[in-house]
Order: sequence, then C-alpha cells, then structure tokens
Amino acid sequence: MKRETIIWTVLFVAGGLFLVVRGTQSDHGLGRQYVKQVRVNPQSATDLRVKFKEAPPTDRQAQLSIPRTVGLWVAAFFTLAILSFLYRDNIFYKIAESVMVGVSAAWYMVTAGFWEAIIPKLLANLAPETIGSWALPDLLKPKPPDPKLLSLVPLVLGIMLLCRLLPRGGWIGRWPLAFIVGVFAGIRMIGFLEADFVSQIRSSIIPLVVMTDAGRVNLWASLRNTGLVFGVLACLAYFFFSVEHRGLVGRLARVGVWYLMITFGASFAFTVMGRIALLAGRITFLFDDWLWLIDPAGKRWGP
Amino acid sequence: MLKSTFPWLIVAVTGCVMIAAFFVPPLAEWKNEAGAWFEILAAMAFVVGGANLFAQHLKKISARRAGWGYSAVTLFSFVVTLVVGLFKVGVIGEDPNYPWAGHYQAEGSALWWLYQFAYQPLIGTMFALLAFYVASAAFRAFRAKNTEATMLLTAAFIVLLGRTYAGTWLTSAVPDDYSALTFPGMTAIILGVFNTAGQRAIMIGIALGVAATSLKVLLGVDRSYLGSDGD
Amino acid sequence: MIDLLRNLDRRWIFLAMLLAVSIPILAQQSFPERPTKTVLDVFNYIEGLPEGSNILLSFDFGPSSDGELEPIATAVVRHCCLKRHKMFFMTLYPDGVPLPERTIKSVIEQEFESYNFKYGEDYINLGFNNAEELVIIVMGTDIKKMFPTDIEKKPLDGFPIAENITSLEDMDLIFTITTGYPGMKEWVQYGSSPLGVKLAVGSTAVQAPEAYPYLPDQMLGLLAAIKGAAEYEAALADKYPAFRDPAKNQGIKRMAPQFWAHLLIIGLIVLGNVVYFADRFQGARR
Repeated sequence: MKRETIIWTVLFVAGGLFLVVRGTQSDHGLGRQYVKQVRVNPQSATDLRVKFKEAPPTDRQAQLSIPRTVGLWVAAFFTLAILSFLYRDNIFYKIAESVMVGVSAAWYMVTAGFWEAIIPKLLANLAPETIGSWALPDLLKPKPPDPKLLSLVPLVLGIMLLCRLLPRGGWIGRWPLAFIVGVFAGIRMIGFLEADFVSQIRSSIIPLVVMTDAGRVNLWASLRNTGLVFGVLACLAYFFFSVEHRGLVGRLARVGVWYLMITFGASFAFTVMGRIALLAGRITFLFDDWLWLIDPAGKRWGP
Repeated sequence: MLKSTFPWLIVAVTGCVMIAAFFVPPLAEWKNEAGAWFEILAAMAFVVGGANLFAQHLKKISARRAGWGYSAVTLFSFVVTLVVGLFKVGVIGEDPNYPWAGHYQAEGSALWWLYQFAYQPLIGTMFALLAFYVASAAFRAFRAKNTEATMLLTAAFIVLLGRTYAGTWLTSAVPDDYSALTFPGMTAIILGVFNTAGQRAIMIGIALGVAATSLKVLLGVDRSYLGSDGD
Repeated sequence: MIDLLRNLDRRWIFLAMLLAVSIPILAQQSFPERPTKTVLDVFNYIEGLPEGSNILLSFDFGPSSDGELEPIATAVVRHCCLKRHKMFFMTLYPDGVPLPERTIKSVIEQEFESYNFKYGEDYINLGFNNAEELVIIVMGTDIKKMFPTDIEKKPLDGFPIAENITSLEDMDLIFTITTGYPGMKEWVQYGSSPLGVKLAVGSTAVQAPEAYPYLPDQMLGLLAAIKGAAEYEAALADKYPAFRDPAKNQGIKRMAPQFWAHLLIIGLIVLGNVVYFADRFQGARR
C-alpha cells in the first residue's frame, strides 16, 4: 500500500472513530441545529402559515431541524475538504473548489444582479404596476408611481453590455463600458486628489517643535512629528525618479527605503495576524458548531 | 467612428460631468442619476460574468477536456443556486397574496441554506488556508540578508509581539514613564510614525498616478480600455 | 539538526500552525486586553454622543473576512444599543447581504431583547446597493436615491427613523467594517473627506496599515482586525461591568490563538534564519 493511501486511511478511520465515540459517549453528542415554529403573521386571524426560526436546544419549543443539521455537516465537510489541500491536492478539495465557483457566480447574479438591481431598480421603474403586483407590493402604496422613462437609458446600455457575449458585434459593449470608464475616471480623479493627495499633504504640515501648555518643549511629540514629516519626504525622495539618487538625494532616498521596509514589516505582521484570525474562525466553527466540543458564547448549555 | 471615437466621447462627457458635479452643486442630480445607471450596468455585468462562466464550463464538458467532471460540478452548483435564487425556493412572504414578495435570503429558504452551509464555509476556509502558507513563507523566505531585510524583519517581530499579550507580558517590567520601550509602545511608534510616513508617501504617489491616468483616459490619450479593434 | 531543518517538509509547519491555533481554542484560553488610543477614540466618541444619535453601520465585507470582522460588528452594535443610538445598517458587498441581518438578530433582537428596540424606529436595514463608491457619493446628497427602500423593499419614507434623513451629513457617525474595495478608502474619499462627516473604521488586518495616514484628520479611529474587536470589548467591559462576562467577549477569546500563532511565526523566522546563517557560515569556511 502506498504511504499516502495509508495516511488517508488512518485519517479517515481515526476521524470516524472519534465522531462515533464523541456522538455516542458525550453528554450532548455532535452538532445539530434546532428550530422553532413561529407564525408568519402573528397578528392575523386568517393567515395561519408558519415558518421556522433558529432556536437554542434549551428552548422548550425547539425541535431538531433535519435540513439545517445536514447543512451543518455539509459545511463541516466543505471546511475539511478545503483544509485537506494542505496535505496535497485531492478530489475532495477539487469538488469543494468547483462548488465554490459555481455557487458564488450564481449568488452574485441572483443578488447583485437580479433581485437587488434589475427587478427593483430597473423594471420597477419602467413598469411599476406590473412589478408591484408581482413582487414588490409596497410599490403600489398609496398609488403606483409613474414609469420613469429615463431608466430606458441604463436598460439600453445594459442590453449593449450583454452583446459582449455575442460572437460578433462585441464592440457594441464598448459604449456602456465607456460610460463606466468615464464615470470612474471622473470620480476617482477628484477622490484621490482630495483625500489622498491634498489632505495627506495638509496632514503632513504639522509643527516640528511641539510646545506643552506650560510653555515647554514636548520632546516626545516633537520627535514624533519630525520623524513623520522627515519620513514622508524621505519616502517621496525614493519615489522621485526624475533626479538621480546620488549625494543628498541618494542618502535621503536610502532613509526612505528604510522607512518603507519598516512599513512593509508592519504590513507583513498585520497580514499574519489577519490570516490567523480567519483560521481561528473556521477552527472555532468546527469545535463549537459542529463537534460541540466547546460553547464559548454559551449558545447551547453554556461554556 | 462607432467603435472608437464615439466610446471616447462618452468617456469624455461622462467623466467631465462627474468632475463638474463636485464643483457645481446643481449638477449633483446628474451625478446621482449616473450612480443609478451604473447600478444597473453593474448588475448586467454580473449577468455577463455568470453567462461567460456557464459557457466556458459547458465548452469544457462538451469537449471532454481534462477535469471536465469538476466543470460539471461547477455547472451543477451554478444552476442549482441560480434556480433556487431566481425562483425564491422556500421563501415565505409576509403577504400570502404576494408569494413572490418575500426576501430572497429569508431564513430557511434554499438560497439561505446554500449561503450558510456552502458559500460561507467554502469562502471562509479558502481564505483561512493562507495562514498556513504565511507560516511556511516565514520559515523559507524571510532571511536577514542585508540591512533592509533585517529592518523589515525587526519591524515584523515587534509588531507581531506588540499586537498580542506576549509583548505586554515580555516588557511588563518597563515603568509606565518609558512605555514607548514596551512592545506595544514600539508597535504604536512603528504604526504611527514609520508606517504612516511610508503609507502616506505611497498614497501620494498613487493619487498622482490615478489623476494622471484619469486625465489620459478623459482626453483620449489612453484608449486601452476599448480593447483591440478585432472584437 | 540543520539538515533536518533544511529539508523540513512544509506539512510539519502546517501541523504546527494547526495546533497553535486549535489548542488555545479548545482550552478556552484568554489574555487580558488594554484598549489603545485608536480604539478608545471611537469608543469615547460613541459613548459621548447624545442618546438617539444617528449611526450608519456599513458592513462592507463578506464571508471571506467574517472571522476577523464579525466580533468588531458585534462589539460596536452592542455599544450603540447600550447608548440607544439610531442604527442604519447597509452593505456594499453582495455576499455581505445576510451579515447585518445576523448581527441584528444576535445583538439587537436577542441580547438586547429587553430594550424593546423597534425595527423602523430604532434601527433599520437598508440592504445592499451594487454601485460601489457611487453609493457613497450619491448618499452624500441623497440617501434615498441609493436606498429608496429597506432590505425588504418597503419604502424608506414609511419608517419613522428615516423621516429626518436626507444625506450622509445627517449621520453623527459612519462606521464602516471593511475588508477591501469598496470600503475604507472609498468612505474616506467620498464620505469623510468631502463632507466632513465623522468616520470610524473596523478593518481587516491586511488593510489596517493603509488606514493610519488618515488618522486623525480624515478618520476618527480604527479597530484593526480581531485585536481591535478585543480592545473594544475591553473598553466596553471597563465601562459596563455586565460585559465582563467571557461569553460576550469573543474577540478577547480569539486573541489566544493569535498569541501562540504569532510566537510560532516568530520561531519559524528565527529557525529559517538559523538555517540561512549556518549555510552562509559553512559556505564561507569552504
């Protein structure tokens, strides 16, 4: 038997045994989800429909939810499938990755595309009565608004954008693309110049010698401000390539590089921190929601 | 004309209107309308993206190219999510007379289930994987080869320690008057002085770059966004 | 020994990382936290606002950074509830649509059930708009142009909370919990900078270093990643003893795996350099 097959077998058997022992021997078993029934319209005497809301297992009305419990185990499977890539690429990882691509693309189409924009912001403007009586009843109150014909413009531009999918005539999609490029070129020029250029320069014009209320020099604050202003100038000198980096400019640019190295060091440390936090989130999911090994937030029976 | 000049005219006019709207308040309504139009176009872009994905994977399956089975999984999950999302499967609306009026993400609906139990764990774990690769990179790539690399490493050390209780504990003997010499104190200096200076210089450089690129686009000097003439 | 390190299979490093993160979580370990200035600036501002102030909470993130940002969202919304501020939730991320709803349920509807907050009067979920930074730009003059309805597509005009709201300038604070684009930078560029509206940011660790140049002129304060959440929880616990309950301090608990994993990373860098200098030393001798 190959070494790899042995490792996978051991992992599966050990994992399976752990689940069996944990599920049968512990007080509360393994992860399950509970729900309780609530009326959709509690005030209505005629509408008796009910829906299910998540509930803690300690709730008297709580009942086991099969679809959500299955979901919980599916989520755990996907989590482990992605983590299995750490050992090496394998079929479970590839399936999980493929599902992720499919679900996310469709999710964006359904939410950002259809239900959040095309229906309520485009079609509801063009045919308020039709859309209102179908999916947006609040649009009809107190009376349906008049159609907004100006919405024909984004409709036409949108259809032109869809032409990019055609084998020929894809150039028609350049017009809406040009609109998007124009809009963003305009707003970004102003946004970046105001917030990231002018305001940053303004924030760098600060006193190099800071005085206390008692009229003394605040050495610490002065050093801080001087270090900041000098650092900005040194880094800018490094980025200024129109002058050869020799002599004073060269030395200044070298100090700028040191500042930048410290900046990147800090960024690296923060990146490490962020990634670990994400991993901790997933591990917490496995231990808390799935295996019920811990209950840090007291969601079930307390910690 | 229609393929190149007219798109540039659209760019120039919309760009100038957006710029003018920042300075001329009565033009704000035009800017707001542009925002509303962009919202629709962004939605259409998601449709284009989804359709493209569908077509590419369908091609791969029909040609039986390597890994077509995974493409089938992608297509299956794409179609299932799309159908349950568009048809609001499992959504219970407030008003029984308007069954389509409930929120597409209502608790208990099929799309909600897919988000909670497929999308969220998959995306979350995919990003969490990077923690392992960062650790591996720390061992293999971060070498104190020269002064600059040593400075980077030292800064990273200090911030890594200063952002946890480890730093506080290691320098707990330092008196309060010298708190700048503790790991959290040094971290604050690195972030507030060195990092701020470095990031600010980068920011100023990027701002100038964005402004220059925007001007080139608006003036028609840069038309690379139009792609090649062939399409 | 050096040979062993030189040829170390990276999967041992992965295993070490897994243990460094898992064991403190299983052991439910936690360490004390002390809020820093950038966090206290936000805390004190929210604390100092008169009851019923308008706070816009933009959840500009998706599941990819949920592990880092959810504790920030919980801590800040908790504080807003304690101060009975009016809360306007929104998101600029399509896959962030369910996230404000989750925090509303867990904090406003469950934890603060006794406060009897009413939807549409004390808080509202504006939902999502996909116009990216244009959402912020347009909200600068007309919030209802971008959000004519709430998340359930009910007209905003029908809710008492939205009666006196026209633009972002009617907000006493914008709090964005952000992971990338659109997020912190866009709120600074089109929100706080041109309009002068107070902006506070809860950001992912990756993005946090980029926020510092905006402090304090364009940004009131910063909750940087899970540490920011932990510090905010510590500030809340200092002021409100009921929040010293460890079950309510998930951010502080998450700092334990950070502690050990950071030490592991430092150890790995040191070991890597030991190998490097040993190789150099051997090379020089040859």
